[in-house]
Amino acid sequence: MQQEQGAPPIQGLLARYDRGPYFCEMTSFRPDGHAELAALYQRLDGLDEDSLRLRLAAAEKELFDLGITFTVYSDKDAIDRILPFDVMPRVITASEWQRLEAGIIQRVTAINLFLDDLYHGRRILADKVVPADLVLGNANYHEFMRDLKVPCGAYSHVCGIDLIRDQQGEFRVLEDNARTPSGVSYVVENRNLMLQSFPDLMEGIGVRPVDNYGLMLRRALEEISPVGVDEPRIVLLSPGIFNSAFFEHVFLAREMGVPLVEGRDLVVENDRVYMLTTAGRAPVDCIYRRIDDAFLDPKVFRPDSMLGVPGLMDAYRKGNVAIANAPGTGVADDKAVYAYMPRIVKYYLGEEAILPNVETFICREKEGLDYTLENLDELVVKPVGESGGYGMIIGPRASQSERDEFRAKLKADPANYISQPMIGLSVSPTLTDMGVQPRHVDLRPFAVTGARTSVLSGGLTRVALKEGSLVVNSSQGGGSKDTWVLEERS
Amino acid sequence: MSELLARNAGSIIWLARYMERIENLARILGVAETFARDRAGRNWLPVVQINADEERFFARHRVADARTVPHFYVLDRDNPTSIISSLRSARENARSLRPLISIEMWRQLNRMTSWMSSLSDNATAQANLNALCTEIKEACQLHAGITEGTFYRDQAHYFYMLGKALERADQTTRLLDIKYHTLLPRPEDVGSALDTSHWNALLKAAAGYQASRRVLLGSITPRSVAAFLLFSDSFPRSVILCVRQMDWLLTQLRTRYSLRGGARALELLDELRASLTERSIDDVINHGLHEFIDWIQQHLILIFAEIHQTFCTSR
Repeated sequence: MQQEQGAPPIQGLLARYDRGPYFCEMTSFRPDGHAELAALYQRLDGLDEDSLRLRLAAAEKELFDLGITFTVYSDKDAIDRILPFDVMPRVITASEWQRLEAGIIQRVTAINLFLDDLYHGRRILADKVVPADLVLGNANYHEFMRDLKVPCGAYSHVCGIDLIRDQQGEFRVLEDNARTPSGVSYVVENRNLMLQSFPDLMEGIGVRPVDNYGLMLRRALEEISPVGVDEPRIVLLSPGIFNSAFFEHVFLAREMGVPLVEGRDLVVENDRVYMLTTAGRAPVDCIYRRIDDAFLDPKVFRPDSMLGVPGLMDAYRKGNVAIANAPGTGVADDKAVYAYMPRIVKYYLGEEAILPNVETFICREKEGLDYTLENLDELVVKPVGESGGYGMIIGPRASQSERDEFRAKLKADPANYISQPMIGLSVSPTLTDMGVQPRHVDLRPFAVTGARTSVLSGGLTRVALKEGSLVVNSSQGGGSKDTWVLEERS
Repeated sequence: MSELLARNAGSIIWLARYMERIENLARILGVAETFARDRAGRNWLPVVQINADEERFFARHRVADARTVPHFYVLDRDNPTSIISSLRSARENARSLRPLISIEMWRQLNRMTSWMSSLSDNATAQANLNALCTEIKEACQLHAGITEGTFYRDQAHYFYMLGKALERADQTTRLLDIKYHTLLPRPEDVGSALDTSHWNALLKAAAGYQASRRVLLGSITPRSVAAFLLFSDSFPRSVILCVRQMDWLLTQLRTRYSLRGGARALELLDELRASLTERSIDDVINHGLHEFIDWIQQHLILIFAEIHQTFCTSR
């Protein structure tokens, strides 16, 4: 396959690498970046497997020592786990990134316009582009947000777009994460690790930096802070050290240079938010929150929430404090709404979506239902309200009787389902116990929106470390890779 | 970011206190072979007494000996006053302080915790105990050094130093209180080899052996040692030095960072300082050393409560 890149044949570590029928992020043909990809390929090929493993073990130990971990609590112990790191980076070429970046900005812009419309004029519902009951009946729709004007019209200030690449090499959106997406700390820390432990792999290859994320986010939060505040006081609101993503909260607070607070550190008085400091109360102008909507304010949402701040929503409504992400964004990243995203982009921006969805059939629509029923043996059917793979059927892997049974469920409640063809995710060479093997990967870039939207160059590449697995989640044996976006060559 | 969250101020005091406590405990256990020896031979009870752990200890062990006491104080996770428990508390506090403390401080605490968690019970066996205590002590000193060299000097640092000085003063009084009574010589023992080695062990536990030799010029008596640990202006673990530091730190917090409150704590510190500078060791001993130490400890408890209430609780 190296011949695809026109480089000399390979004899070393990658000699037996076979990408199979999938698009490979290292060896399949790309329109640009040939020199960089070839250089990287040869460097990886020239590595000695044993010494590579030793270096990797040292690097993972360093991740552990630095506490770049997620924590699993048991009765007696706090067990820190690292996200397994794969040393073989995933490369995105300059032209690929240009298109991805434009596509992500377009999508996030549409999501924000959609949310603004839902909570104000609801034109898109009146025009019947999206069914009203789909959003108004959604548990993540908050009537509380109705007619509330949010700064810069931005709702999803941090949005993670999950992308996969199909067998033809086409990037497709698998899922939008418009609420409080996590993972960005690993993007930055993976790069730090790469620079520290494997500088030889990167030498002389122009890769876009990722360490500006904290400043990007801070700038956006300053932009949405209440008007008239000279130096807005920003805090990061975390559920606390027991949250599995606490490291990321630490990371972001540190990178932005803002206090990491918990709900108990904040009070609301006369619709103003204060934090409790050694010198008494200090005003807070902007909150980047990493707790879910339901826990934000026990007076408005879940009354049993101990994590939130009573009265926070009053201060928010008065415009005395900005909150990112805004409450109620979950209505835009629902599986059912996902299916409508290409139409939503078209509706607000008058453009075709630059990044296509995975082809999706909406079973609440007759055509979609008919197609799904007829082609059940080739489709994956998912209930819209579930996550984590519950209640779905993978047609090609199901038995005839399972399909018949599912067909009945589908007919009984078609609005609850969407269907998609099975996608062969792209692969990337990965160091495994069996040598270098192709493993499936996805990509989650992060878009930050204040007065405008910008995208961190790259994103989190998750890799399914188990052979043949398409599941990249860390809870199910997933790891991550450094993601290199190549600089444009001058 | 000039403000300091009240909750973080509390955590930082505790981080410093736990690390100081670990070092002191490691010092005591490290010299325990001589330290624990009394007229009847070996007696590990004083180590238990210093920490006021008699009840908890004897609920778990029948005898206080070279096997049970070191394990109880180093590796027993169910004992909240063990080194491993203190270290875990230190680390949990540090975890919530991660955006404030330096990455290197956090990294070292992490490494120390993984190292200690990996120790087997055999690590506290008699033959290994001294080496283990040295390693623990050095890990604490590494923490102190990294903190000195990397911790940004703002409010948080002052609270850290405050916690450290407070714990240090408390530990020194505990050490003196327990040992003074067990070591008070009977007339026939005065000047004997056994007697001197006890006092040497006590001074070593307080890291004051070297200095005391220079200052006390060979007159190692119960009186001179007690005076050294209480009143020395130059010994870093003397009670008066710790009290002076606390006073200075608290005043700095009030002037440099305009923190309101803390006046009551300053008053209490002033009382302590006055007593420690004005009273002679003869006067103290004649009126009862134990009573004096008890009074100091009560003051330290009140001072901590004042500081905590004023600066570290949500209002």
